[in-house]
Parts: sequence; C-alpha cells; structure tokens
Amino acid sequence: MPVFEYAPAPESRAVVDIAPSYGLFIDGEFAGAGDGKVFKTLSPSSEEVLSEVAQAGAEDVDRAVKAARKAFGTWSALPGSERAKYLFRIARIIQERSRELAVLESLDNGKPIRESRDADLPLVAAHFFYYAGWADKLAYAVRGRSALNGTSGADPRPLGVAGQVIPWNFPLLMLAWKIAPALATGNTVVLKPAETTPLSALFFADICRQAGLPKGVVNIVTGDGSTGAELVGHPGIDKVAFTGSTEVGKAIARTVAGTRKKVTLELGGKAANIVFDDAPVDQAVEGIIGGIFFNQGHVCCAGSRLLVQESVQDELLDALKRRMGTLRVGDPLDKNTDIGAINSAEQLARIRSLADAGEAEGAERWAPACELPSSGYWFAPTLFTGVTQAHRIAREEIFGPVLSVLTFRTPEEAVAKANNTPYGLSAGIWTEKGSRILWMANKLRAGVVWSNTFNKFDPASPFGGYKESGYGREGGRHGLEAYLDV
Amino acid sequence: MADVTASDSALRRFLHGLPGVDAVGLQARTATLGTRSIKTTAKAYAIDLAISMIDLTTLEGADTPGKVRALCAKGISPDPTDRTTPQVAAICVYGDMVATAKEALTGSGIHVAAVATAFPSGRASLPVKLADTRDAVAAGADEIDMVIDRGAFLSGRYLEVFEEIRRVKEACVREDGSGTAAHLKVIFETGELQTYDNVRRASWLAMLAGADFIKTSTGKVAVNATPPVTLVLLEAVRDFRAAVGVQVGVKPAGGIRTSKDAIKYLVMVNETLGDDWLSPEWFRFGASSLLNDLLMQRQKLSTGRYSGPDYVTVD
Repeated sequence: MPVFEYAPAPESRAVVDIAPSYGLFIDGEFAGAGDGKVFKTLSPSSEEVLSEVAQAGAEDVDRAVKAARKAFGTWSALPGSERAKYLFRIARIIQERSRELAVLESLDNGKPIRESRDADLPLVAAHFFYYAGWADKLAYAVRGRSALNGTSGADPRPLGVAGQVIPWNFPLLMLAWKIAPALATGNTVVLKPAETTPLSALFFADICRQAGLPKGVVNIVTGDGSTGAELVGHPGIDKVAFTGSTEVGKAIARTVAGTRKKVTLELGGKAANIVFDDAPVDQAVEGIIGGIFFNQGHVCCAGSRLLVQESVQDELLDALKRRMGTLRVGDPLDKNTDIGAINSAEQLARIRSLADAGEAEGAERWAPACELPSSGYWFAPTLFTGVTQAHRIAREEIFGPVLSVLTFRTPEEAVAKANNTPYGLSAGIWTEKGSRILWMANKLRAGVVWSNTFNKFDPASPFGGYKESGYGREGGRHGLEAYLDV
Repeated sequence: MADVTASDSALRRFLHGLPGVDAVGLQARTATLGTRSIKTTAKAYAIDLAISMIDLTTLEGADTPGKVRALCAKGISPDPTDRTTPQVAAICVYGDMVATAKEALTGSGIHVAAVATAFPSGRASLPVKLADTRDAVAAGADEIDMVIDRGAFLSGRYLEVFEEIRRVKEACVREDGSGTAAHLKVIFETGELQTYDNVRRASWLAMLAGADFIKTSTGKVAVNATPPVTLVLLEAVRDFRAAVGVQVGVKPAGGIRTSKDAIKYLVMVNETLGDDWLSPEWFRFGASSLLNDLLMQRQKLSTGRYSGPDYVTVD
C-alpha cells in the first residue's frame, strides 16, 4: 500500500438533473418518436440506466429535416452579426453550465471528470466563441475571395440544411465542431448524436431554447445507426457531416454519391508518435501517455503507434512503463481519475479481441498492476512491444487504451513506417532538432502533425485526414468552407 | 561516472548530452498534477508530512538570538494547542546563528541548517566560502546550504563549479574526529539559471560532485521555487539514482506559502518518485510563512472550523 494514498474525491452528481426520459428535439419542442420507440442509455462505469431516449424513425427524421428547411429561410437571411449574437450566447451558457455538462458527459460517456472539465467543456465553449466571431466576416472566409476587390460579390452563401452524425467519444465537443460552423455560416442543422451518448446533445437542445435560438435552426434526433442512415439518405438535406468509423464513412460516401449533397468525413486513424534519440524524454513520455490514454484511447487521432528510435528503446520503455504504473483507473467522477470506463460493452469486446490478436500474433503484452472495478466496462492501459508493421495491432484502429510499440533506425525509415497505413489523420514528432521537425512534417501524410506535443486542439486550427481518415477540414477558417457554397 | 568529470570538456559534453527539457510539456505536466484533489484523510496525511519536511527559515540581516530562539521554539512545538502536531525538520539560519539555534534545539532532534558560501550571491573567493562552511560546521550545523557560483555556471565553467561543490563537501566533514559530516544541500538559484535545460545540467553537476540534497533557490531573488523547476530536480534525482545508485534529496525553497501549494509539491514527489522520497530525509520545504498556513489548515481539519491567524503563533 502506498504511503500517500489519495482519498476519494468525487465530483457531485447533484449538479446535473437527468430526466427519466427524453424525446426528440424538433422545431424547438421535445416530443417522443412517432412510433413511440425508445432505447436506454447507460453509464458505462456502472451499467446503471441513466435515461430512456426516443428512437427516431424515418418519419421523425423527415419532420426534423422539414423543420430545419422551414427555419433556413429566416436564419440564413439574418445579418451575420445577429447570428453571432446567438452563438456568443450559447457559448456563454455553456461556460455557465460547464460543471453540470462535464458531470453529465462523464456519466454518459465514462470519461474522467478531469478531462470533461478541463478539456472537453473549455473546447466546446471555445469552438462556439470562435465561430461566433466569424459569422459577420464571411466575406473574408473563403480562400481566393476578397471582399475588398469588388469582384467577389455578396458574402458566400450557406448550403441549406446540414445532416450531422457524430460519435460517442467526445459527444458535446463533436456537436460543437459540427453545429458552430454550420450556424455561423447560416445553415440549419439536424444532428444525430451517438446511440450510447445522447444526453449532452439533448441538454444542448435545452441550451438552444435558453439562448432563444429560433425554432428549427437546431434539431436533435436520437437513435441508432438506422436513424443516421435515414438522415444521411434524406433527400431534403444539402450537406452531410460525419465523424466516426471509416466503415460507416464509406457507406455514407456511397449513399450520397450522385446527389447534390456536399460531404465531409472525419474517420479513423492509426497515428504514429515518433520519438527520436534526442527527444526531451520526460515530456515525450507524457506525450505518449496523453497520446494514447487520453479519453481511454477513444480518440480518432490517438497516437496508437509508438515509433521509437531503436537506440533509445529500452530507456524510453522503462520510463513509459514506470509512468503507466502511476495512471489512476476508476470512477470517472473522481477528480483524481486518469482513465475512465470504456464507452460500451461492444467497444470493450472489440478492444479485447484486437488485444488478443496482438498476443496471438506474437507481440508482447504488458499492463501495470491495476485493480479494475467489478461492474461497468473497463480495460487496463496496455502496451505491446515487439510489434511489427504486419501485426493487426499495428494496422487496425483499436480505439482503446492500447499502445503498439515499433522501432525504427533512421528518419527515412520512421517516415516510411509512419506513412505505411491506410489512415492519415495525425502524427507526432519528438526531437530537439528543429530542422528534422520541418523535414518530417513535410514528408508525413497526416492532417495534423504535432511536434514535441500531442493531442493539442484549438478551434482556430483545421483538423482532418488524408487517405481513409476522411476528407474536408473542420475547425479554423477551413472549417467554414465546408458549410458554404463556394 | 568519474570519467565525465575528468576534464572541463568531458563534463561539458556529458551535461550537454543530457536529454533536453521541453518547457511547454514540462509546465503542462505540473499543471495537470496541480489538479489532483487531495481531501480528508489524504489531506491530513499531507499536511503533517509537509510540516515535518519544513526547514523553518529566517535569513534576515535583522536576525537576533531572540528571533532565532523563538523560531526554534516554534519548530519544536509548532502548535501549542495540539501536541500531536509534528516537529519541523530543521531550522535554517545564517552561520553566526548556528550556536544559538543548536542550543535552543538541544534534545529535540531538529537539525540546524546553515546557509554558507557567501549566501545568497556566492560572490566570494573559494577560501572565504570554505571558511564560511567550516565555521558553521564547527558551530554545530547538521546541514550546510551552499550556493553555486552562477557566474561560473552561466559562462560554461562547469568544472570550476564542480570543484567548488566538491571542496565545500570536504569542508562539511566535522573536525571533531567523529568522521561524520554535515549534509550538503546545493542551491542553484534557478531563477538566475533561467532555462530548464540549465537546471537539469546544474542538478547532475551537483549530484556528481557529491550533493546530498539539491535545492532550487535562496528565496532572495525575484523568482524562487516553481513547480516546473522542482519537477526537473525530481526527475534528475530519479534518473541519478537509476544510473549511479545514489539517492539524493530535493528541496524547493522560496515562495511556497500555502498548504495548497505544499500539497501540490507532495503530489509531484509522489507521482514522480513515489514512497522512497516521501520523508523529511529526502524532501524538504525551505519556507517560513508556510508553517502557519499548514497549522491553520490542520486545525480546520481536526475541529471543522477555520480559526484564523490569531490562533497560530507569530514568531
């Protein structure tokens, strides 16, 4: 038993009031599904049922799209400065209610309160603030257009109704990434949150009402994959924005092929975190830990492949294992928890099967001694050594707290191995040598390249992938173009 | 490790070959550790541990025997209303006050630490610094807090700094024939070294030269102990023990005034070094006003009420 044992420090659940059931949010009102279907949403850390949520069918999706279409005329005709006021108001309400929303997110998703409080919620508010600022400056938003030279004409126009489908890993943050730029540019939206994490989107619906947002501008339809498919396939939408698995992304691309719908897809990843022998070791270790264990590894841009220069492998692995031994796994609402619960039984099964495949294929598995809670879905932070490019755990996205360690000898080999994946969402470089960072960044085929840091997000920075990690960019000025007719 | 100190160029190559410190990442790590929530039993444990790690300090031109005796009494019995309160680790004074402090602390087990080597600037010749050290040791100092020559360090004369520490270490040996020596704490004045890379190099330099403790600051300049600088020291002693097998203590000093801050430092020790360093033998706080804040927090934990500054002694 350690000398300095931290006593439990639970964040209070009392700050959030979860209703026993929720309807769909369509045209400014909550209402049940037309056919009365519902599903339960669980807390993955305890398997406790948190609430019962409406399962939207085709009719409900149709109603939501029509409400968004009806609202589009007035909303898009508002001066940008007026739309900005709503977005600023939403951003402020999110800040005011951030404690409540952080607890809710940790309950429904399983992520530690430290992360929902210090990462998710501040970024959610920042995203709305950022895009609020753009709403009246759209004339300057599109590259190659200039409001000043007199040839560009009026402001670029919005697309219309956006159908948005988001994942369960950052429920409210992904909502912000989708809704903030859409509203700033004058679009209206129908958003479907993930089946396992619908609650924060429904609380956001309440925030829209609190902010006095006109009816129908934001509609939330909850449900499973079939609801998403209805939304994406609905002829009444002009734009599809999806974040999730590559598999579903491909299906969406097929669905919208040949239609007028514009699409952005933000899909999977298998990022390389590349550590050179001259790296700042202690910070690199933190970057590796944050890169793969942040949010239980449920991060599309997670640094799930550690590429370490062979000459420092032993030293780095010793340091990494020692650091992994200090990670605190457990109750997501405890303020000292570093790693929370896996989001669902299904995801846990997937992580387990891939980890088992890693062992079966000959990689060496290691996890620190850690006691996992008896109920809920849990997976200890794990690393695999002796992994080669041919192993499944080096190629497939695990989307869990599992790190695959590979080695390289030269910078060229590091680039070749980092790029040798169907994905291309992110990469990390750790070296004290500035010229090497620039050289690597030019060679790596990844949408985001972090140097001497990892998983740093900022609403002003565009985010998106190469290859099967998707297309289009979200965030920054680039993120506006995806919602404008240019 | 002897060969790395064989020449100035060998020492330079070694120190400059240590892994760099990324400032942004370092500060992010301490910020994250700073969010740890230490409550109830953990807080009680941390407060008592922090009290027992204090080098209760007075280093003023206006110090008198009376002031030093008062501080010693405070160190022996920090909270007269609660005899379960632990004693502090040491009383830290200028060399000429050592005898007074030693006498006042007789039988308490509390150490006397003396600052030496032309503290705080370190701007004196080596013979003066050595005489300063011997004088304090002869007066009964259990611990010597020396300052390094920052000028020599910043101009790259590492071997000179190394030699000076080594000589001071020799001067710590008691001349009473016991063969024992005062413990040597080496102060870097990190606020003057400025970069974290320099702090890491200074840490290794001092440990190679035989420091028993490495210490951030004198408390006499604008920037004293900070969590990131202290984390660099903690990482250095961890890596030094792994490489050489010798354990070295760490002492942040200056500017640590609240229980909340002290607990953040203990969290940092706990999660960087673990149990082995969580005792006054291996970790100290150089502080003066910190003690009263810890006592007020201690009273609040035990009584449930916040008493206020009139219920702790002003010394």
